[in-house]
Order: sequence, then structure tokens, then C-alpha cells
Amino acid sequence: MSEIVLTGEVKSKKKKKRVDPEIGVSLSWKTLKAQKQLIFMSVPIAIYLIIFSYVPVWGWLMAFQNYRPALSFWKQDWVGLQQFRFLFQDDAFLGVLRNTIAMSFINLVLGFVTAIALALLLNEIKVRFFKRTVQTISYLPHFLSWVIAAGIVATSLSVDDGIVNTVLMKLHLIDQPVMWLSKGHYFWGIVGLSNVWKEVGWNTIIYLAAITSIDPSLYEAASIDGAGRFHKMRYVTLPGIKSTFIILLIMNIGHILDAGFEVQYLLGNGLVVDWSQTIDIFVLKYGISMGNYSLATAAGIFKTIVSVILVLIANSIAKRLGEERLV
Amino acid sequence: MKTEVKSQFRLEPVVFHTLNTLFMLIVVIVTLYPFLHTMAISFNDGSDSLKGGVYVWPHTWTLQNYKAVFVSGTIYHAAFISVSRTVISTVLGVFLTTMLAYTLAQPHYIFRKKISMLFILTMYFNAGLIPNYFLIKDLGLRNSFWVYILPGLVSAFNLIVIRTYIRSLPGSLVESAKIDGAGDFRIFWRIVFPLCTPVLATIALFIAVGSWNSWFDTFLYASSEQNLSSLQYEMMKLLGSTMSTNNDPSMMAGANTNQTQAMVTPASIQAAITIVTAMPILFVYPFLQRYFVVGLNLGSVKE
Repeated sequence: MSEIVLTGEVKSKKKKKRVDPEIGVSLSWKTLKAQKQLIFMSVPIAIYLIIFSYVPVWGWLMAFQNYRPALSFWKQDWVGLQQFRFLFQDDAFLGVLRNTIAMSFINLVLGFVTAIALALLLNEIKVRFFKRTVQTISYLPHFLSWVIAAGIVATSLSVDDGIVNTVLMKLHLIDQPVMWLSKGHYFWGIVGLSNVWKEVGWNTIIYLAAITSIDPSLYEAASIDGAGRFHKMRYVTLPGIKSTFIILLIMNIGHILDAGFEVQYLLGNGLVVDWSQTIDIFVLKYGISMGNYSLATAAGIFKTIVSVILVLIANSIAKRLGEERLV
Repeated sequence: MKTEVKSQFRLEPVVFHTLNTLFMLIVVIVTLYPFLHTMAISFNDGSDSLKGGVYVWPHTWTLQNYKAVFVSGTIYHAAFISVSRTVISTVLGVFLTTMLAYTLAQPHYIFRKKISMLFILTMYFNAGLIPNYFLIKDLGLRNSFWVYILPGLVSAFNLIVIRTYIRSLPGSLVESAKIDGAGDFRIFWRIVFPLCTPVLATIALFIAVGSWNSWFDTFLYASSEQNLSSLQYEMMKLLGSTMSTNNDPSMMAGANTNQTQAMVTPASIQAAITIVTAMPILFVYPFLQRYFVVGLNLGSVKE
């Protein structure tokens, strides 16, 4: 495991610690006895983790069976990769796969662009009180549940008296209210913009921290060279937050099949299912509601494996580009 | 909102700052408007809201919506469940995560690497919904209050944040306590834990918000047990009904029995519950702002 480092400040602390020689200890009764308290403080929690995070991996075997809850483990039918084959011939699954990737991609691009843009513009505000106030307000939606946020989105997009329709009508961009949540082809955009509304402020935190750690003398030097505001943004600030950006990108690429569950589940309705359902909803529907545990588990495994592979790929690309790695 | 002005004359800063300030005001309005609107609806007469035209200020003030929300015992009980799960998860989560982080910050601890690895790996894979569902079922946690507490009690991210913070503390404190003959638990509880307050405030906020906001665990594991319903789950059920009935006022007939004059609609009830559910968070987070900014940056360092 290597390290990922976002700010220069943290980096220097880390480097100092690295020098600390690791005191060689070997597994013996003597060390175990000497570290009795440390063991009591940590091993039970590790066992807890094994039970809740590792033991369920055993359940992956269901994906290779035709699992029926009534039978014991040894009496199940083993079907090999049949569930996976079925999955990739199933139009419903291919549909949710398309929706998941599309919404993830929209979230990824919109999320990064808006957060970086907002961070750059917030950084230009010189009145500290105003800056802090805008920041505090922009964090607010992050702390609300998707249940509340979905309610707000639904109210804002409502046909009768929703603010979005009202404003668009006032601006004469539309002639009559649009039924935003009933038309499938609006759904991805709605999810993307809802995510921006909820998370953009929060996502600026890490960029603003990266911007503060940029050496001020770089800006001075740029000014002396005659760089204007936008040149400084382009040639000093953006390169300064590049490594932060790349690390976050790697982490997000690993989650490309995690388009989210809550917002799609809460805002989706019968009219837009073909656009709204993601892999997670598919798993829930087939697994919990319809009892097809094997197929749902296969879909879940597919998702996990793709995520791990994507993280490893993104990681090695980042390494080749000379950036810090994640794993 | 970027201007096209690129030249160096003095007008540029004025134009830029004006446009930038305007842009920020738009951000603030877009963020805040839905809350102010929800607040206005929650204090406005339900039937009057249906006529439209209520923006950020109620037309016909009323407390009927809140009365209707609190007239049924359901909401009190749901609030009790929400508060209990949040408090217990936060206290236990913070204590256990910090204790573990302390042991993993000791360079000579024999299981340090193994346990760290065990936790870090969980950041990259997840057994998935169905296997987890079976685990919860087999452990007998379905329809039990503990299903809100136990899964996800100690998260890898929080662990790394706290461990990084503990490592940044001056080592001499722990060393001198060791020389005085204090055991590890005593050092952790008496010295390290109090010193971690700033980072623990962040972690406590993260855990508390996560627990307060979750509805999916209720939905999946305890939906048949009304006694375990939380505020968010009640909200979720209401959201489903308002979205599907298209604001049909007859839906709320049950909650409406005690009111004769004022009309209460699903939309106005939903607004009132939204405000009740969001209030605790809105009061807490601005005061913890300076902590979570630091916490997020610590979380990005791992080994």
C-alpha cells in the first residue's frame, strides 16, 4: 500500500513519520503478553469487521447456484456461470447497465466541472465574511437525506406551481409547464442536476484546501510576468489542484457502476422505469422482491468486480502519468 | 459566468467581481429557495397552497400542518427511534473507531499491518446487497433495533482520518505516560482521546448525519415493524404517496380527522415533516464547519 497525499502540509507530516524506524517485533508469547491491552482493544473490532464485511462474501456462491432458500447449502443445484450468461442476455439487465453507466458518467462530468468552477470562483472572493457565508450555505444540501432532497426536487419540478416551470415560463423559454418527472429522457439530466445541487458545495471543500496549499509566490511571479486573473487560474491554480483532481477521479472511476440508488429509487416512477433503474435497483427488485437471489447476487458480483478492475486500471494510469497512486 | 474581459485596465476587476458576486448570489438563492419554500408551505394553509402562488412567505399562516403531524403518535415514536439510533451509533462508533485507531497508530503493535489491511480492503469491495441481507437475516437482526447500529459501526474512512490525526500528536505525551507505567487503554482514554476532540467532532458529525439520514436499512430490514420506523422512513413513505396520488387531498383523511376548518394536504404535511426532520442538522452543521474541512483533508492520507 502506498500513500495518497492531497495537501503539501499533510505530506510533510507523513514524511517525518516515515523516517520512524519500525521496531522489529516478532510473533511470540512474550510480545502477545506485552501487547495484551492493544490486542484487547483491537482484535474484537477486527473480528466484528470480518463478520460484517468478509463473511457475507460466502454468499457469492449463490451466484453459481440455482439458490432456493428452502434447501440446505449442500442440496443446492450448482449451475456454473449460467446466471451470468442469463444476465448478459437479459434486456432488462442491459438496460439498467446502460442507465447506470450513463448516469454515472453524467454525475462524474457535471460533478467535477461544477465543483472546480465553483472552487475557482469562490477563491476569487476577497470579502471573507461573504465567502464563508456562501460556503456554509452551499454545504447545506449535502447534510440532508435523499428522502428530503427528492421531495424538494419533486416539488420544484411539479407541473402545478413548481418553481422550475414557473421560472421557465416567466422567461418565456417554455409555453406550458413540462412534466419533468414523467418523461424518461429528462430523467438522467434531473438526476445529474439534483446531484450537483446537493453536492457541489461540499465537493469544493477539497479543492479549496488544495488551492490554499499552492505557494503564493507562484501567483506573485505570474503577476510580475503580466498574467491576468484568468491566466493565473489557468497556469497556476489548475495545475496546483491537478493531483487532487486525479486522485478524486480515480476514486470515482472505481464507482462508475455506483450511479446511486436512493435518488433513482425515490424519484423514479412507472413512466420512467426504462431510464431510471440502476443496477442496485435491479438487484433489489430481482433479489428481495422477486426472490431470485442467485441472479441478483450475480449482478452484484459483476458490479464489485468491475469496480475493482477499474480502480486498478485507473491507478496504473495515474502511476504512469507520474501522479500519486491510490492503492 | 466568466467574463470575456482579458485586458489589464482597471475596469476588469470591477466587472469580474460584480459578476462573480452576482453568480454567488444565484448559487445561494438556488440552494436556499427550496427550503424557504418548504418552510412557507409548512406554515401555510393546505388548501390555500393548492391554489398556488406561495413562494417564500406563507399567505395564510397556520400551525395546522404541524399539529396534524404531531397529533398521531407515529411521528413521536419515529423521532424517538431516529434520535436513539443516531446517539447510540455516534457514541459507540466514535469510541470504537478511536480506540482501534489508537492501536493502529502504535508503530510496534504486532497486528498493526494486518488489521489496517483488513479495513482498507473494505473500501474497495463490498459483498453486495443480497449476501448482506442474508447475513443480517442469519444473525437474527431483522426487525431488531440493532440492525441500525451494528452494520457499518466502524468505517475504514473514519478509521484512517483518526489514525492520521493520532500520529500527528506529539509522541512524547504517550512516551512519558508509558514511563509512568500507564497501560495502553489508560493512555488512550485519559490522554489520546481528549486530544482528538477536533477530529472526533468531524467524525461524530459524519456518523450522526449518516445515521439520522438513512431510511434504506429500515426499508430493507425492518419495514414490517412499525415500532422501528424512523423519521426518514416515514418521510419516504409520505413521499411515495404524494408522488403517486398527485396531491389528492383525500389521501390524508386519517390525519385530518381532528381539524375541521383548516385543510391539511399531503404536500403541506410533507413540508412540515421535512422541516422537522431537517431542523436538527441545520442547527448543528454550521458550528462544526471548521472541523470537517480539516477532517476531509486528513482522510485523504492513507498507507
